[in-house]
Amino acid sequence: MNPISQYYTATDHFVLVPAIMLALFGCAILLLDTWIIPNPSQRKWLLPVFVLPGLGLTGFALWRQQAFLAASGSAEITAFQGALTVDGFSLFFNWVFLIASLIVALVSYKYLEIEGEHHGEYYGLILLAQSGMFFLATGTDLVTLFIGLELMALCFYILVGFLRTDKRSNEAAMKYLILGAFSSGFLAYGFSLLYGMTGSTKLRDIASTLAMRDAWDPMVFLAMATTAVGLLFKISAVPFHMWAPDAYEGAPTTVTAYLSVASKAASFAFLLRIFMGPLAASRASWEPLLSIVAILTMTVGNLAAISQNNVKRLLAYSSISHAGYMLLGLIAGNPTGIKGVSVYVLVYVFMNLGAFLVVVALRRKDLLGEDVEDLAGLIHRSPGYAILMLVFLLSLAGIPPTAGFLGKYYIFLSLVETGHYLLAVVGTLYVAVAVYYYFRLVRSMFQTDASVTEPLATSLGLRVSLAASAALTLAIGIYPEPFLRLAQSSLTR
Amino acid sequence: MLMLVLANNYALLFVGWEGVGLCSYLLIGFYFHKKSAGDAGKKAFIVNRVGDAGFILGMLLLFAATGSVKFTEVKEALSGVPAESIEFGMLSAAALLLFVGATGKSAQFPLYTWLPDAMEGPTPVSALIHAATMVTAGVYMVARSNALFQLTPMTSNIVALIGAFTAILAASIGLVQNDIKRVLAYSTVSQLGYMVLALGVGAYWVAVFHLFTHAFFKALLFLGSGSVIHALSGEQDMRNMGGLKDKIPVTHWTMFIGSVAIAGIPGLAGFFSKDEILWQTFSSPLGSKALYVVGLATAGMTAFYMWRLMFLTFYGKSRVTPEVEAKIHESPAVMTVPLMVLAAGSVLAGWVGVPKLWSAFPESFRLFEHWLAPVFESTHAVVEEAGHAAHHDAGTEWMLMALSVAIAVIGILIARHFYGTNPAIPDRIEASLKPLHTTLYNKWYVDEIYDFLFVNGLCKGGGNVMKDFDSNVVDGGVNGAGWLTRFSSTISIWWDTWIIDGAVRLSSFLVKIASYPVRILQTGQVQAYALFVLAGVVLFFGYYIAGR
Repeated sequence: MNPISQYYTATDHFVLVPAIMLALFGCAILLLDTWIIPNPSQRKWLLPVFVLPGLGLTGFALWRQQAFLAASGSAEITAFQGALTVDGFSLFFNWVFLIASLIVALVSYKYLEIEGEHHGEYYGLILLAQSGMFFLATGTDLVTLFIGLELMALCFYILVGFLRTDKRSNEAAMKYLILGAFSSGFLAYGFSLLYGMTGSTKLRDIASTLAMRDAWDPMVFLAMATTAVGLLFKISAVPFHMWAPDAYEGAPTTVTAYLSVASKAASFAFLLRIFMGPLAASRASWEPLLSIVAILTMTVGNLAAISQNNVKRLLAYSSISHAGYMLLGLIAGNPTGIKGVSVYVLVYVFMNLGAFLVVVALRRKDLLGEDVEDLAGLIHRSPGYAILMLVFLLSLAGIPPTAGFLGKYYIFLSLVETGHYLLAVVGTLYVAVAVYYYFRLVRSMFQTDASVTEPLATSLGLRVSLAASAALTLAIGIYPEPFLRLAQSSLTR
Repeated sequence: MLMLVLANNYALLFVGWEGVGLCSYLLIGFYFHKKSAGDAGKKAFIVNRVGDAGFILGMLLLFAATGSVKFTEVKEALSGVPAESIEFGMLSAAALLLFVGATGKSAQFPLYTWLPDAMEGPTPVSALIHAATMVTAGVYMVARSNALFQLTPMTSNIVALIGAFTAILAASIGLVQNDIKRVLAYSTVSQLGYMVLALGVGAYWVAVFHLFTHAFFKALLFLGSGSVIHALSGEQDMRNMGGLKDKIPVTHWTMFIGSVAIAGIPGLAGFFSKDEILWQTFSSPLGSKALYVVGLATAGMTAFYMWRLMFLTFYGKSRVTPEVEAKIHESPAVMTVPLMVLAAGSVLAGWVGVPKLWSAFPESFRLFEHWLAPVFESTHAVVEEAGHAAHHDAGTEWMLMALSVAIAVIGILIARHFYGTNPAIPDRIEASLKPLHTTLYNKWYVDEIYDFLFVNGLCKGGGNVMKDFDSNVVDGGVNGAGWLTRFSSTISIWWDTWIIDGAVRLSSFLVKIASYPVRILQTGQVQAYALFVLAGVVLFFGYYIAGR
């Protein structure tokens, strides 16, 4: 391709287009929203005017990258002297982010109207957050990754506190911000050590230099540990998970859904990039460490979820435990394990989003709809939603034929393949615990009487998204072949 | 049946074996309101149990000897083993027990008695199961186990003896039977005897070849007899038939072909396979002249009783009762078309196994042997090597062939003379040889002997002993067991209520309890959270110090 300039070639541009589209439309919403749609009650037209075209063009750009990779037969396109790399891995995660953003954007308008906080900024921030995620999945340079992470996190700090008049929301945002900054400090420290040891910010160079060092080298360990703290914070692994339940509970439910899914997926992409890249050589030192963390994460997530009465909080703990399962895939570290993490992320997007969407559907003007009691008798009020919720919960618990089973299956398979029998057993035992609290919700929906009788009133976007999530949750579970191939493509790195 | 044939190991073969057996017992007892049919079904079942017990024991013994029940693995395991020529070892025992299984299913002496009785079933069932498919299972199984049998010449000799004895015994019984289906039933037993004879002399492919050709003409004959019975409104006694040739022409002509084929007239299916068996019996190192003579005699008897059947049924004067006579009619196309197809098969089927002697025919006419060659290749080497050593010239073979054809023709001619032209002769002979006839007619009293020995002697005699045993030991045991069960159930109720339920409640209680500390840690204070992050970092370094 023709160089546009020495520092910005056509290849660079080609790789960057999805992020440009997201940032462009995100900023456009921020700047133009009140001019084009001055009447607040018409805000839902933002969706077709800005959000959908923005996401559509992003998808198109991603599709072109994918087509280019397939046509050229090469494994990757590098740009900006190796700061960005488009490969199967980055494309896979970018598709996941795109789906998550699309679903969240579609379901939000009605919810925000009920909350009385329907502003254009909301969509703008979602798009900007996604552009941050793009860099997390695509970046192969410490600086790029760090900026991507901060871009995403900043958007989320605002989104979590988007309900300006709600104290819980403000508190959540504040906690998230403080702790996020705290953990970013560790991450930056770790990155600086990595740079200091190797003299490069490119992951590839760092990897080759670190490979020559002993895994138990104190400097390497220090860099690894501090980096890990920052990353584990983002995926809400124990003991860095404390922010998650508070933030999940306080944030607008749609943001919670987005946060639990997209942010976690992006952080996992980041985590895999770092641990399977530069830190792969020091696996001997971090594998036992992460095993401990994974076990702690599953323990705390699953046990704490049992006594929760707030559905959002319960799902927050459940998402902590899911992070533990995904970590197991990284610990196994063989192709099955990485594929397992990819499948799990994909599956998790649909089932966790779906579960939160049902909570979104429960929200009414005079009712938060966040308590387990609010689900009571849902089967009598709105049988359709009750059954969809059942599908999502079954999937979260990992019961076939839903998608959740498939995700857990590959994780456990990889553990058995690599001889981590103890971890596999512990993980399986916690599945049994998880069934307990998921079925508390099921019991509430199916076996108790409803205090309110009128059916749920929901928007078209929510219904479409719910139906799509449920359909995919079942489809991946019943006919996993194409999705497995998609996840397999994430391995070509 | 398909599973039986497709199985690659004895265990699965046995499943198919039992499956086809079960269907057969049930079909024999199809007309269950007739006592004789029910009894025949039971008889088939019980007699086969004896054989199956042999099969299972043989299979287990074989497993003990080779460590596998897969055909290929058994074959491999056996390939290095020297033949047990004189001593009667483990392999011989295994082979013999497997053969016991085969005698049950393939109706060989002494377990053949169920097959003639099985004619109580519907005629098409007889044609399918008791002529063509199921009864050949034993032959198939032995042929499959050729690697085993060839290592145990002693067992092979027993097999050949049993086969020859069955062949001539059944043929002799068939000479005097009056029920048309019973004649065919004994003919089937006799032909199976031929196949087993071929197995015994190591001519495995010939056995399967005869199985193949026999299926055509025996199914044809059975269905033909069914057609005759149908035409005569259910009459099965040949003494009440006769002169049916022109009344049911299609049945007549197709059965004519079948009878010619089974008698062994050159050009039809039966000739090729039967002649090959006789030749192998004569020439194989495992065979002998005596067995050959028995086989030859049987061939003559076969021709005789088949044509006795033909003459009694289709030729001569009609002995049909008038009221039945009026209703005689040719069967509908649904019955005659299969007959014609099978007749064509009876003519043509033999041409895939033309004798080596007829060198005018190209190799492709010996397709059958080559087709089966891979399965039997090891046997071939042995038999053929020996065959060369004891070289027989072509003249001998021609002569023997001519002999067997001649004896078949003689058999037919005698039958014609007795029952066609001069019906008085048989009566005279019957009168002069009264004891022999009665013995033959009563099937050598084998059923009676079995009844006396096993059914009455063993069962009834043993029954009394058993009764005492039953009322004292078994009943006592049952009562005791009942008491024990109730006692243990009381214990388990208690166990369930207190220990199991308790454990379930306890574990859910524990899980709940365990979740509270986690909850307490979640204070909601951001400083505490940050402290936890720091604690995590400290934990990491503690791990480093400990882990190094």
